[in-house]
Amino acid sequence: MAGPAAIAVEGLRVKRGGRRVLRDLSFAVASGSVTGLLGPSGCGKTTLMRAIVGVQIVESGRVEVLGAAAGSPPLRARVGYVTQAPSVYGDLSVRENLRYFARVLGVPQERIGRVLETVALGEQAEQVASSLSGGQMARVSLATALLGEPRLLVLDEPTVGLDPVLRRDLWATFRELATAGTTLLVSSHVMEEAEHCDELLLMRDGDLLAAESPAALRARTGRERLDEAFLALIEEREPAA
Amino acid sequence: MSARVTRATALRVLTQLRRDPRTIVLLLGVPPFLLTLLKGAYHQDPQTFQHVGGPLVGLFPFSTMFVVTSITMLRERTTGTLERLMSLPLAKLDLLFGYGIAFAVVAVVQATLTSAYAFGLLGLDVAGSTAAVVALAVGNALLGMSLGLFVSAFARTEFQAVQFMPAFVFPQLLLCGLFVARDQMIGVLQIVADTMPLTYAFEALESVATEGSLGSRGALDVSVIVGSILLLLALGALTLRRRTA
Repeated sequence: MAGPAAIAVEGLRVKRGGRRVLRDLSFAVASGSVTGLLGPSGCGKTTLMRAIVGVQIVESGRVEVLGAAAGSPPLRARVGYVTQAPSVYGDLSVRENLRYFARVLGVPQERIGRVLETVALGEQAEQVASSLSGGQMARVSLATALLGEPRLLVLDEPTVGLDPVLRRDLWATFRELATAGTTLLVSSHVMEEAEHCDELLLMRDGDLLAAESPAALRARTGRERLDEAFLALIEEREPAA
Repeated sequence: MSARVTRATALRVLTQLRRDPRTIVLLLGVPPFLLTLLKGAYHQDPQTFQHVGGPLVGLFPFSTMFVVTSITMLRERTTGTLERLMSLPLAKLDLLFGYGIAFAVVAVVQATLTSAYAFGLLGLDVAGSTAAVVALAVGNALLGMSLGLFVSAFARTEFQAVQFMPAFVFPQLLLCGLFVARDQMIGVLQIVADTMPLTYAFEALESVATEGSLGSRGALDVSVIVGSILLLLALGALTLRRRTA
């Protein structure tokens, strides 16, 4: 794994509603990489991301982000988190939303134009957020997280419901950000997105099935297609009865 | 805590309100409308109108800001913006004070317009200064806001939040002395009334309206109002969690 770890997780367990959602996870994410967190809905991806951002109450284990305990105050300006449901003020315009979050983060207002360009929402800047489409709204949420030029970006299903062109552009943006030194953790339940990632974390039922690069996963399972490789991993662990 | 973030939050809340002209019309129009109804209802008993109407001008912002704040806060919780804010470099007090400043501004406008209408056009008269009534109205707005902020944590839906109005506001209005003097209520209710912050807010307003000053219990009244605001804000801050299950 190249470079120091941006995220280091050891023995992480999380219970939600009396059920163990994450059981004893350990892995590291290299800084400056694009890491895909993949697995079916309900496997614990969001809970894991929340633990990394530090908004999840954890049962036990250690989560270290950029060398500090997850959720500790110095990280609040350095970690950007985009939830699956866009968390923006629907009654404010796109620009007003960004203006507020820029002030909270203490970044210059010039950043607003730049992030609007990044998420291709320049033309919608004066539109009230609630009048946008779902995909546009998700991009406002993403733009908000980009304002502070975070060292780590945690994105929960950012490409869901986007058209293919936009999805491709967004992945290109993620790659640019990583090249510039940002670490990205991106979740998805669509295996084809794994193709864009340097490293993969494959999850199922609160367990980590694999933490490796797409090439290593292919080599180990002998499958060319990543969704088949994922299935092979599951069968290896749970032999068909 | 940062002045920049507090101010940004106050501006944001005011911008949200500005985007909702119908709510502004209701906020500013309903109190004068209700006072007009009251005047008509008491047209054979102008003395009671004077007795109830004066303090009422200063009590409106309490209930208005209670509802507005509890709904706004509930929305912050359900749309995920609160969780986002809690993951950003924003102190809980920035959020609470930001709300406080924004709603205090609204309360000043609401109370000024209501006073101008009531004292200018409806013939209401208070012994004290209009400015004192407006100042107490702002205090009551902050009281309503901090109560709304706190109880909103216990509402899961907007239906519940709206029902908190009759549950938490009406009992205080009924027992504060506005409709029946407290010493004429049955004993147990007098004790209950003594534990409710609005009782002291009403007492202060009544003194200003009838005696022209805060009166002998003025210091107590003002301390209870300010103390309740601070206590409720502290309790409200406890309901803002950086980490959730």
